[in-house]
Amino acid sequence: MRAPFIALLLAPLGLLAQQAAKNSCLNCHSALDGEAQRPALLIKNDVHTTNGLGCADCHGGDPASDDPGVAMNPAKGFIGKPARTAIPKLCARCHSDPNFMRKFRPQQRVDQFELYQTSVHGKRLAEGDENVATCIDCHSVHEIRAVKDPAAPVYPLHLPETCARCHADSKKMAKYGIPTNQFAEYQTSVHWNALKVRGDLSAPTCASCHGNHGAKPPQVESVAAVCGSCHVLFAQLYQKSVHEPIFSAASGGGGCIVCHSNHGIHQPSTAMLEGPKAVCSQCHDAGTPGAKTAVEMAGWLDGLDSALKHSESVLAEADKAGMEVSEAQAKLSDGRDDLVKARLALHAFQPVDMKKPIDAGMAVASETLHAGQAALHEKDVRRMGLAISVVFIGITIFAIWALIRRLEPKGGLPRDASTTPR
Amino acid sequence: MTATEARAKAASWLEERLDLSAVREAIGHKTVPVHSATRWYYFGGMTLFLFAIQIITGILLMLYYRPTVSEAFESVQFIMTRVQFGWLIRSIHSWSANLLIFIAFVHMFSVVFTHAYRKPRELTWLTGIALLGLMLFFGFSGYLLPWNKISYFATKVGTDVAANAPLVGPAIARFLRGGDDVGGATLTRFFAFHVMILPLTALLLVGLHILLVQQHGMSTPPWIGPSGVRQMRFFPNFFLRELMVWYCALAALGALAAIFPWELGDKADPFASAPAGIRPEWYFLAQFYTLKLIPSHVWIFEGEILGILGFGLLALGWALLPFWGTDQVGAARTRLVAGAGVVMVSYLAAFTVLGYVK
Amino acid sequence: MEKDGQQGCQQCGKSAEGLSGAAPSNDPEQSRRSLLSWLLGGGVAASLASFFYPVIHFLNPPHISEAAVDEVSGGKVEDLKPNSGKIVRFGNKPALLVRVSDTEWKALSAVCTHLNCTVQYQPSTRLIWCACHNGMYDLTGRVVSGPPPKPLDEYAVKVRGDEVVISRRA
Repeated sequence: MRAPFIALLLAPLGLLAQQAAKNSCLNCHSALDGEAQRPALLIKNDVHTTNGLGCADCHGGDPASDDPGVAMNPAKGFIGKPARTAIPKLCARCHSDPNFMRKFRPQQRVDQFELYQTSVHGKRLAEGDENVATCIDCHSVHEIRAVKDPAAPVYPLHLPETCARCHADSKKMAKYGIPTNQFAEYQTSVHWNALKVRGDLSAPTCASCHGNHGAKPPQVESVAAVCGSCHVLFAQLYQKSVHEPIFSAASGGGGCIVCHSNHGIHQPSTAMLEGPKAVCSQCHDAGTPGAKTAVEMAGWLDGLDSALKHSESVLAEADKAGMEVSEAQAKLSDGRDDLVKARLALHAFQPVDMKKPIDAGMAVASETLHAGQAALHEKDVRRMGLAISVVFIGITIFAIWALIRRLEPKGGLPRDASTTPR
Repeated sequence: MTATEARAKAASWLEERLDLSAVREAIGHKTVPVHSATRWYYFGGMTLFLFAIQIITGILLMLYYRPTVSEAFESVQFIMTRVQFGWLIRSIHSWSANLLIFIAFVHMFSVVFTHAYRKPRELTWLTGIALLGLMLFFGFSGYLLPWNKISYFATKVGTDVAANAPLVGPAIARFLRGGDDVGGATLTRFFAFHVMILPLTALLLVGLHILLVQQHGMSTPPWIGPSGVRQMRFFPNFFLRELMVWYCALAALGALAAIFPWELGDKADPFASAPAGIRPEWYFLAQFYTLKLIPSHVWIFEGEILGILGFGLLALGWALLPFWGTDQVGAARTRLVAGAGVVMVSYLAAFTVLGYVK
Repeated sequence: MEKDGQQGCQQCGKSAEGLSGAAPSNDPEQSRRSLLSWLLGGGVAASLASFFYPVIHFLNPPHISEAAVDEVSGGKVEDLKPNSGKIVRFGNKPALLVRVSDTEWKALSAVCTHLNCTVQYQPSTRLIWCACHNGMYDLTGRVVSGPPPKPLDEYAVKVRGDEVVISRRA
């Protein structure tokens, strides 16, 4: 009986609570359609919403009022749809404020805008070019997700496609004179394969080499350093090699790019050293010491690879025949390590550096080959032993059969053997 | 003294102290009926022969095997790779185990179809069924001993099934496992079963079984007239033939061991997930597949419990075959039993194959 | 088969010859019989020899009398200086043994969790480094930087007298 009275008393409190969390922007725009409705539909997936921020925190205005004149009043700070040139500064209002960002994520970086201003995108935007990328072009707008969210456009798996939206569009890039084949080339690379096929999120994407907010192609002198951030030993050897000063002076990018290309980096092989697609022969004419060295090193690498493959197949054959060769197969992995070391040593471009791992690898290949051949021989010995044993057994069986025949003359058993069954 | 004289002297020395005349006479008088089903008489002896091979190879393996979690797999690997002819002894043991169980089943079914379970051979049948059960338990316990991935998970599945038996299931499973999980305690326990408890029990039952066979002689199938069936002397005639068959079995075992050595597998890892398609050895496959087919709930009962209960009742019924397979006057109900035998063989064969391909 | 001087059967009166079922002897038959005896005796002897030969050799313990167990020797204590590491084969895979200080030892799997290269100890940083793609791990195996997705497995190290022993963790 008392319930209705209590409800009436508490009702105003409810209205008050509603007003405190009210978001009139969302309420109105959800009811619209087309482009005006889109932000209201998307915003629930936005990372800002999860952190308690709303439309007015970026666009200004008064979300407490249902009256559009009040809600979207410039006097209340409403800025409407910001101009493209104003977007980075708008985002930076919060994202460059360490005191503000600390409230949500203390370790969040706050230098994105600063970096952006050093980038090609940032510089051109400052000059008034609206066609370059701003924050919302990469991070999307109204549906901004954290970088580690797999649905984010800047998640490593999606990042190349996001960059390619402009950089693979020849119409957009025409006025800047930038090629548009980078994404297509990148899709043929080992890095893209590692990312897409193997799911290795540590594989480099556009941002790994070019930077993200401060995006710029690495300069000639820093290419090796950039590749060397993962491929440390290769870069170290290269820096000390004869090629370093020569490639650095070259135009169109230097360092690792000269042989391995920048975007379409394929799985290296000895075809780069010798043959029609060789890289070395682009500078080293046939017959020169350089060309001879390239051919020699290619021969060593191919030789070791085929020796290891041969050992692998012999051991696999022995394994299939039931012989125990797990120890030799484990030793073989040392040989594979030596091949990797030899390919690394190549980047010093001195044959003497490659000789040691090649010799070590060949020793392993030879040792494991002997183990495999011994196992196969042992298998033959066992079969021979079996054959001998079966022959003796066969002789015995034949002799027993002959004995039976002798004990039981033709026409049945000895006549005096019948007794009634029990 | 010639060899013959020396042998005669030794024989008489023994004769004065150990009177084997009764044994010699029994062997001399033993006969084997000769008829269309005589070939089935070999299967009992073959089962015994394979069991003897298991004992010999098993004792040899025990010289090197170590029944602990940290050493079991490695000791079997040691036997296969370092011990001279270790691969041969171990492979013969594994192949012969499978052959033994198969031959034991053939032996049992030959007894069913020739109706050799009739009076006075009911006890022979019962001890035989008990022995078949022991052989299956031998297989189950021995399978775990190499402690590789497949045997670990097969044991896990097997003990889980046992745990589903009504009322006593969890207690039985705990007894088998030596605890709540399959682990080192299980290995120790299975080793004890496999090398001592089961062999002693089996030797006792085998002794009884053979004694009964000698006492009753070989049974003649009911469709053969009681008179006029030729008899073959056991010694030397049947014995020589049996020797031939045993030698063939030896050749087969040697060939299997040399051409298809038993694999080592990977060491068991209790924390890894079960490999896909894990299933028990072939002699448990029919029951395993049947359990898989039973829906999880039948009316108010849990499917698996119903399945296990069903198997138990089936085994009990089968063990009591001599009693429902003969009529009041002791004659075999040939059509009933032959029919039941055909159903049983078909079920086991079909479900074993299905268990393999599914 | 051979006459062994038996009395014959007491029960049914068969002679020893009658029990063995031997046929009466005559010359060509005799030579065939002796060939048969030789064949049988020889076959049995040879086949038994081919069974006993492996068994006898089986009983002879091999030279390496210990099975490979779940632990491996990491060498002598004095072989490894403080702040250095070495690769030891453990089962089928390489393991990294690190002497952190005079008394502290660490052993981990040396297989990098990125692309299976063999890692090494880096004395300058006191970290574990993978040369392939610059992955870095700390001495408990945790990933410090670089592409490796998972930490390295740790093993247990014991010093027995002057020998270092690496074993799997319980």
